[in-house]
Amino acid sequence: MELFKNTDYDFLGKKWPFIILSLILTVAGLVSLAVKGGPRYGIDFRGGALITVSFAQRPPVDKVRAALSAKLPVEVQEVSGQAEDIIGIDVREDAALQSARQNIVSALTTHFGQPANGKYNINAGGAAALADRLRDPLQAASVGLPDQQLNNVVANIMEYRKQHSGLIRNLDDLRSVQGVTPQVLNVIRQQCYADTVAVVGTEVVGPKIGAELQRKAILAVLYALGGMLVYIAFRFEWIYGAAAVIAVFHDTIITLGFFSLFNKEISLTVVAALLTLVGYSMNDTIVTFDRVRENLKIMRREPLETIINKSVNQTLSRTVLTSGLTLLTALALLAFGGQVLNGFSFALVWGIIFGTYSSVFIASPIVIFGQKVLENRKRGGAVPAAARKEVAAPPPAAPKSGPAPKTGASKEGARRGAAKVK
Amino acid sequence: MNRNFKIRFAIIIAVVLVCLYGIIGLPKSKDELLANWHNNIHLGLDLSGGTQLVMQVQLQDAFKAFADNAIDRMKQELQKDNIAFSDVTRNDPNTLEDAGKIEVDVKGIPSDKSSVFRNTVNDQFPEWILTPVNSTDYRLTMKPTEALKLQQDTMTQTTATIERKINALGLTESSVQPTGRSDAEAELLVQLPGVDDPAHVKQLLQTQAQLEWDDVRQGPFPSREEAYAKNGGILPLNTKLVPTALRSGQQSWYLVSRSPIVRGTDIRDASAAQGELNRWETNFVLTQDAAKRFERYTEANIGRQAAIVVDGIVISAPTIQSKISDTGRITGASSQEEAADLALNLRAGALPAGIKYEEERTVGPSLGADSIREGFRAGIAGLVAVVFWMLFYYRRSGINATLALVLNAVILIAVLAYFDATLTLPGIAGIILTIGMAVDSNVLIFERIREELRTGKAVVAAVDAGFSKAFLTIIDTHVTTVVSCAFLFIFGTGPVKGFAVTLVIGLIANLFTAVFVSRTIFDFELSGKRQVAALSI
Repeated sequence: MELFKNTDYDFLGKKWPFIILSLILTVAGLVSLAVKGGPRYGIDFRGGALITVSFAQRPPVDKVRAALSAKLPVEVQEVSGQAEDIIGIDVREDAALQSARQNIVSALTTHFGQPANGKYNINAGGAAALADRLRDPLQAASVGLPDQQLNNVVANIMEYRKQHSGLIRNLDDLRSVQGVTPQVLNVIRQQCYADTVAVVGTEVVGPKIGAELQRKAILAVLYALGGMLVYIAFRFEWIYGAAAVIAVFHDTIITLGFFSLFNKEISLTVVAALLTLVGYSMNDTIVTFDRVRENLKIMRREPLETIINKSVNQTLSRTVLTSGLTLLTALALLAFGGQVLNGFSFALVWGIIFGTYSSVFIASPIVIFGQKVLENRKRGGAVPAAARKEVAAPPPAAPKSGPAPKTGASKEGARRGAAKVK
Repeated sequence: MNRNFKIRFAIIIAVVLVCLYGIIGLPKSKDELLANWHNNIHLGLDLSGGTQLVMQVQLQDAFKAFADNAIDRMKQELQKDNIAFSDVTRNDPNTLEDAGKIEVDVKGIPSDKSSVFRNTVNDQFPEWILTPVNSTDYRLTMKPTEALKLQQDTMTQTTATIERKINALGLTESSVQPTGRSDAEAELLVQLPGVDDPAHVKQLLQTQAQLEWDDVRQGPFPSREEAYAKNGGILPLNTKLVPTALRSGQQSWYLVSRSPIVRGTDIRDASAAQGELNRWETNFVLTQDAAKRFERYTEANIGRQAAIVVDGIVISAPTIQSKISDTGRITGASSQEEAADLALNLRAGALPAGIKYEEERTVGPSLGADSIREGFRAGIAGLVAVVFWMLFYYRRSGINATLALVLNAVILIAVLAYFDATLTLPGIAGIILTIGMAVDSNVLIFERIREELRTGKAVVAAVDAGFSKAFLTIIDTHVTTVVSCAFLFIFGTGPVKGFAVTLVIGLIANLFTAVFVSRTIFDFELSGKRQVAALSI
């Protein structure tokens, strides 16, 4: 089966609607960013505390918010489909952060938890604490276990808790756990209770380290873009490098704009996704440019628009296939990937869509535009297509003959490679 | 041609075997296979669950303590040399940045004693630089080299102490290390896999060493099992077993009272000193309240053993030789270092400087498990769809691509296992991009071959041309990405670095699989037949 066999669409002829669409999206994103005062950073970057809580029976979000807001300025967010809530707190002072977790947990237990009555909460704390709590009472009830065996039983209970979203709903449920005999269960019942709220994840990031992370991440991405620009300028021409980087930048800005429009948070995971999208977009653009470079040598007399159009058509089926397949994976992640990966796959899906389209409608027009500007500057007017190659030399360093032998050499390299394999 | 194939296939098979060995070892059963897999593949805390703490060591505390010590010695030296002085004080740097700016002021030295004073300082205080403020007052500042040494010593000691405390909790896989950020030398990263209650750990780190002075009931036993056997499998009520520190693989166990006679908080001071026959010993001073308890206990138990337990490890088990009230000494140290270490443990202010938490992340094991499960399911679903489409679209050649894809994943995971790298969520992002680019490489090659076929080339020539033309593009895309990864690795922080490393490994693996392996299979298929009329692509 073959799709897109010998297509001949005039992509660049229809570039304006797409460029306008890009401009609209970019402006919408930037406006949204401006109105909301910058991206909505996750606590990784702005500092704060994020606590994920599991409820045996989830109370309405409003109630949770009401219970907590008396103590702290909090945001409460539902984790869809699961008995978990994410509670974010925006606390910027160091001192308040250190005690944030404690405050939230105590507020939650008073409102939604069970009274302790001096018993041990089996849904909090680790294996060692539970073993310590049970050791003597077990002995007193004359079902004492050697340490090794006790640790095994406790480990089994912890595993059971892990499998049930971090929450043991009823102590009697433990009957199914290996090693928990009726006698042991009796002791557990005397000593422990199962709270209906459990903290399953905490992140506390100091504001200083958050700002630092933010700065480092942005710097790293900018340097990486710079590195790619230099490499592509070296392999192609500087205008190609600039076009590729501008296209990637365009994708990133639009994706960031989407995050702002959909009110999603930028976390470290999302940064990883943005890096992935930079990779995809760059990959896509280079594939197109590579074809353009090849065709430039075959079709010397054609105008650049025709060559780029031809190249895009030639690589069309590859572009659709690759982007389609990767988009498929990203969509699967978005649909089934769960809460933790949500921001990540959201960025990926939009990144792939824009990364693909920007190669054709953003990067290519920039190359054409750049070449025209160069021509005009050099010759002060229209230039025959045949002369274009000479004009396209990188302006400061290389002389006029610069790029032509370079590309010629690589072509020859390809021929040599082919000959050798034969 | 045939021998050529032998070599090429030998290379491919060798790579596959080496990779499989790195991932699963040589398993003899299914259980062993799973165990090896878990041993070789390290999941980051964001996937396996656990706690990560970033702490800042308050180095200024150590500098202040160092200055205080110098002030004490200075006063002694001045008295010894009969030099009058009015005051010796230090400044009070309160932030980490100011730690090295510690100064000691010595005031009121008579001018006729100034040369004696200078000599004393030069001889006895080599860590300090002396500058006169006026005719009678002087200021001491730390030499930069000494300040650096003190800083390093403090970090080493803090790291060691935290490690000891954490190990005492039985958290064997935890790690304490510098964060490695160049501008934050005073930062430590503590990773505690499996710990979902950081409050407990933080409390333990914050408090001083847990020191107990326990009554020894039985022991020492050569092993835990023997102690149980002696007691019919169950420990007597209100006792516990504590091990000694591991020394050259040897460890012994004591059965001691569950509630200690004296706790760490009861000890006021401890120091190392040389006692009779110049042997090193450790002296300690108890608080009033504890002294009374201790006196009663030691009086009643002369000749019996007591165990000094620090953070759950028996440090020493001296025999009580006489009644002890508020001061006592522990003999039997083999060196000054050992006596000093014990004093340090007894003083229990084991951390040489305070710590401040900058970051705390806990992923409950259930949350980590959920994200693995969901991410894994989604990833597999996506991959299966990709493979089906490739098989459908490229038919026989699709098998080729699928093989290359699988091999790519195997190599990537194996390299991670060989390097003991930890797989985190951003690392998985790197893997996803790798797979994307691997699919792309195959698609590029296949589309190119199809194009060449359309121009009417013979199959063998078309495959040849397709590979060599696509190769240039593949090199360009890969090198560009590797270049960007290099920058991400150099300038990025933890997660960004993880992404870069995984991606680079994946790309190199992809060059091997997409270009070399896939090509070999194509050539092999084509080599059998003289005239190839059609290619299944």
